Amino acid sequence: MDSLKALIKRYQLGSLLLLTLLLVVVLPLTLDIFRLNLVGKYLCYAFVAVGLVMVWGYGGVLSLGQGVFFGLGGYAMAMFLKLEASDPESTKIQSTPGIPDFMDWNQITSLPAFWVPFKSLPLALLAVVLVPMALAWLISFAMFKRRVGGVYFAIITQAVALICTVLIIGQQGYTGGVNGMTDLKTMLGWDTRTDSAKYILYFLSAGLLIASILLCMWIQKSKLGTLLLAMRDKEDRVRFSGYDVAMFKVFVFCLAAALSAIGGAMFTLQVGFMSPSFVGIVPSIEMVIFAAVGGRMSLVGAVYGALLVNFGKTYFSETAPDLWLFLMAALFIGVVLAFPNGLAGLYESHIKPWIARRLAARKAGATPRTPAAPTPPAPPASPMSGSAPPAAPAQA
Amino acid sequence: MSLTDMYNIALMQGFAGLSLFAVLLLMGLGLAIIFGQMGVINMAHGEFMAIGAYTIFLFSTLTQNYLPDAMQAYFPFAICVAFVIAFIVGWFVEWALIRHLYKRPLDTLLATWGLSLGMQQMFRSTFGPKEVSPTLPDWLMGSWAPSEGLDIPINGMFVLALTALVTGLVMLALYKSRWGLRVRATVSNRVMANAIGINTKKTDRLTFAIGCGIAGVAGAAFTTIGSTGPTSGQLYIVDSFLVVTFGGAASLLGTVVSAFGIAQTQSISEFFMTGSMAKVLTLSLIVLILMMRPQGLFASKVRR
Repeated sequence: MDSLKALIKRYQLGSLLLLTLLLVVVLPLTLDIFRLNLVGKYLCYAFVAVGLVMVWGYGGVLSLGQGVFFGLGGYAMAMFLKLEASDPESTKIQSTPGIPDFMDWNQITSLPAFWVPFKSLPLALLAVVLVPMALAWLISFAMFKRRVGGVYFAIITQAVALICTVLIIGQQGYTGGVNGMTDLKTMLGWDTRTDSAKYILYFLSAGLLIASILLCMWIQKSKLGTLLLAMRDKEDRVRFSGYDVAMFKVFVFCLAAALSAIGGAMFTLQVGFMSPSFVGIVPSIEMVIFAAVGGRMSLVGAVYGALLVNFGKTYFSETAPDLWLFLMAALFIGVVLAFPNGLAGLYESHIKPWIARRLAARKAGATPRTPAAPTPPAPPASPMSGSAPPAAPAQA
Repeated sequence: MSLTDMYNIALMQGFAGLSLFAVLLLMGLGLAIIFGQMGVINMAHGEFMAIGAYTIFLFSTLTQNYLPDAMQAYFPFAICVAFVIAFIVGWFVEWALIRHLYKRPLDTLLATWGLSLGMQQMFRSTFGPKEVSPTLPDWLMGSWAPSEGLDIPINGMFVLALTALVTGLVMLALYKSRWGLRVRATVSNRVMANAIGINTKKTDRLTFAIGCGIAGVAGAAFTTIGSTGPTSGQLYIVDSFLVVTFGGAASLLGTVVSAFGIAQTQSISEFFMTGSMAKVLTLSLIVLILMMRPQGLFASKVRR
């Protein structure tokens, strides 16, 4: 038991354990399946946010094109599911049975060649990860080798996001156009729309997300993580020490792309469709705010950020849609001007010292001096909340 | 099809490219000052254009209701007001937001994106979610037909003329005026500029506000071509940034050349394929060239 405690402390797994507890035990027990499915959807965005913490917080490279990778992953998954949904039997009213309905509407008479590999699930799953990574490699290799970074990289990724949306919407016959790919029902005969399937998919996303965070934590703890941080702060010094700075950046950008793509694929599975509205400029920048709200340096914080912002979005667009954009604007500006480290930063600077003070006060047996500290909605690691009885002073 | 027909089509096609060039250049000019000279990434640039467009709409409605006789004359006046309003908003934004963020360009990007979201919602709450278009004076409508089968739209010519005027003024201001001298001094060496007595903070604020004002003029000019909605600004933002980046951020001449190149590529390729594919082709070409030559067409020779 003690060794386990030491292990947790040594690798700072406490906050991750708390998150795991929340995702795997608390939320499934308290929420009905509709709400839980929503949370599952938000968790898909959390993949993107975790990737952004790596590439932006650690690597210092801001990408405004994460939606592209999210969308590519999602589309790869959707293409497989769509092909399964359009077997010759269920599409026999079409003029060409056996191809997806939107192709039939656009007078395409045979399956395009690039669709063929998506008939097999293993190939489709490979494509989910490899296609976005290949694109990410292409963009980042060309840019970072020429030492282009910062602002220019952000603008180029944004242009890529625009190109992808225009392309997807323009090539309606191959991609489903504005509507995207809809009516995705089964995976290898397994109906993904039933409640039990939704539970399984939720736990699958939560598990994958926690595994990704563990992977990223491992990278951060390794020498690679240290180098990334060093590069972010003084790129030239790392270069002069003999490291190939560009390739580290390419690696972390590809990692973020792969994570986003996994999120996209899980999104398609849980929601049952994929459309260009998740690819463009606006969703891509929104994804940055998830990481910024959670704290751009905190992997676990990014998950809370994604959950909170998306919950806020759903809640406000139901009750007060006019207010939401103002709130979003305030979030963007506030996170930049007032809380550059997001929720995780607030936790570090306010809640943690407060807990420490309370603990110390309890140890000393004295009443806490300032019990009325404000409690922002951060992950409360709360063995202390509501307790700490005003014990009689020891000296009395 | 006779030879004159072909000639006319070529002329009109060329003019379509020219008016797209004017639109792109006008979009890029304000940003060339804000992003190119100051290095501030203003994602709310499109919304400043929308301010200009909504000013024209407001003026046209007011004139129609209270001064119907002045319908023919309000437009030039309204463009000046559009400049002033966008200038004032820009001044205020620099004071409230931008000046705290000069050292953190990526954070400026996020903050101004937030600003743009807020402005969009403000437009939506004030003018409604629908697209609006002002009632234009008669002299801006229709087309000019110098010969049989040749139609040149007047609003296109108007935008072209306005672009030429604004570009000329900006060039003149940047290279011949005291303000331009201060801006260029601040850009090339901020500390030294400060040391010789240039108030760089004041220069920054004025420069940002002037860039925003020009965006307002651009938005005002675009009301002659299309309608304005709360999210129209977002349509322009990527194009504007690409025009400026492609031209070489610090070079005004580069902005002009890149706007011309992009416009001609787009309008010529539109002749051979659908509009959206032409857009994809043009954007991909720009991105590819920027990957090969990140400093843009006209790189400044300043050592940084």
